[in-house]
Amino acid sequence: MIIDAIDNEQVETLLNDVLEAHGYDFLEYSHASIKRRITRLYTLDNFVSFAEFRYAVRTDNKYFKRFLEEITVNVTEMFRDPTFYKSLRNDVLPALGTYPFIRIWVAGCSTGEEAYSLAIVLKELNLLNKSLIYATDINPSVLEKAKQGMFPINYLKGYSENYVQSGGLKDFSSYYTANYTLAKFDESLSSKMIFSTHNLVSDHSFNEFQLILCRNVLIYFDKDLQHKVFQLFDNSLEKLGYLALGSKESLDFWSNAKDYKRIKTEKIWRKL
Amino acid sequence: MAETLIHGKCSALVIGGSAGSLDVLLEIFPNLSTRINFPILVVTHRKSGNDSLLTDLLKNRTSLTVQEAEEKSKLLPGYIYIVPADYHLLIENNHTISLDYSEKVNYSRPSIDVTFQSAAEVFRDELVCILLSGSNADGVEGLKIVKKYGGLAVIQNPETAIMPYMPQQALNYAKPSIILDSLKMAAFINGLINK
Repeated sequence: MIIDAIDNEQVETLLNDVLEAHGYDFLEYSHASIKRRITRLYTLDNFVSFAEFRYAVRTDNKYFKRFLEEITVNVTEMFRDPTFYKSLRNDVLPALGTYPFIRIWVAGCSTGEEAYSLAIVLKELNLLNKSLIYATDINPSVLEKAKQGMFPINYLKGYSENYVQSGGLKDFSSYYTANYTLAKFDESLSSKMIFSTHNLVSDHSFNEFQLILCRNVLIYFDKDLQHKVFQLFDNSLEKLGYLALGSKESLDFWSNAKDYKRIKTEKIWRKL
Repeated sequence: MAETLIHGKCSALVIGGSAGSLDVLLEIFPNLSTRINFPILVVTHRKSGNDSLLTDLLKNRTSLTVQEAEEKSKLLPGYIYIVPADYHLLIENNHTISLDYSEKVNYSRPSIDVTFQSAAEVFRDELVCILLSGSNADGVEGLKIVKKYGGLAVIQNPETAIMPYMPQQALNYAKPSIILDSLKMAAFINGLINK
């Protein structure tokens, strides 16, 4: 850990550069988190001066790709928070089952673990064939990984436990083929997914959905940006559609929260 | 306790611990003064899930307000915030809380180092951090940073710790200013009350 490798002012400078040179706006991200990510990357890549780091980020497109990948948090898991997936399985998806066609948006999908988890639940409810999952992320390289549907095998034991706790009905291993280090998930799952880049900060609504999942993304945004994104979700959600957030995120304090009703104790709201 | 007199204002206290720290917390909490006028953050390693258990347990041991640390809420004097399982906790310059689900640090999330460092950058020489019992070295780097910013680094006496490794590592590498037996911990914290 390096102290004061990069100070607050330099963080602002760098983020302004990124906006100007690459069109990505991180200025409304939570400052403490983004500063920590930047400092971490600076240290990890052994830069000797801020000037050198700044130059690389500004001018080297290949390095910027790495910057984008490292500055955003891409930690995720399958069936994270089993009780959440239990509620999707028992409360939310059966209600959507009455529709002829189900459109779902996984916003900030990272490497795809949540999208594949969702597809598994849909499959077990016999709804996958009439569903389409739009999985988007700011970061093109994680989407490439998500498309592959291959996850490190050493995490699978934990995922399998989560799956069982969430009310999973089958042998979890029936969904993937394992090789030495990776588990490749069944293509019947990814065949119902559309992967695309989408920046929650700057891009607009692109469809109407019955369910939007955006978990552990908004914690990295400041309050104003969170509220803008809620507005974007509101514009992208059909009446009686559902919005699902991470376990520490909430619609509370957003001006239109009164138009949403919370489902039990999970972080899932239904648009009224 | 001459050291506390040298120390100036206390704007925040962060307590970090791992294996064996719960016993110390349960000992400290009933003896905390209700006049405490700075926020207290508690970062402990534990299994994810069953989140509110620790908060509920500690709530019953003090008349100060104990709550799980919430995204974007502002740190208030006299409140005790428990860092939720499976998230790192960072502090913004405006003293609000940011939760973070990034990679584990020292195989831990929450990591004590992460919160110690973040608190040090914000509260600088008005910060006190205490590292309790534990069996890995999370918190040691953080204590070094607390000291560099002029904050007060305190550890539980390894001899009174159920798992002495963590405070011992801090003793060896972070040169803490104060070493306390667990029984003296509450009195020390009450001594930090700003006049």
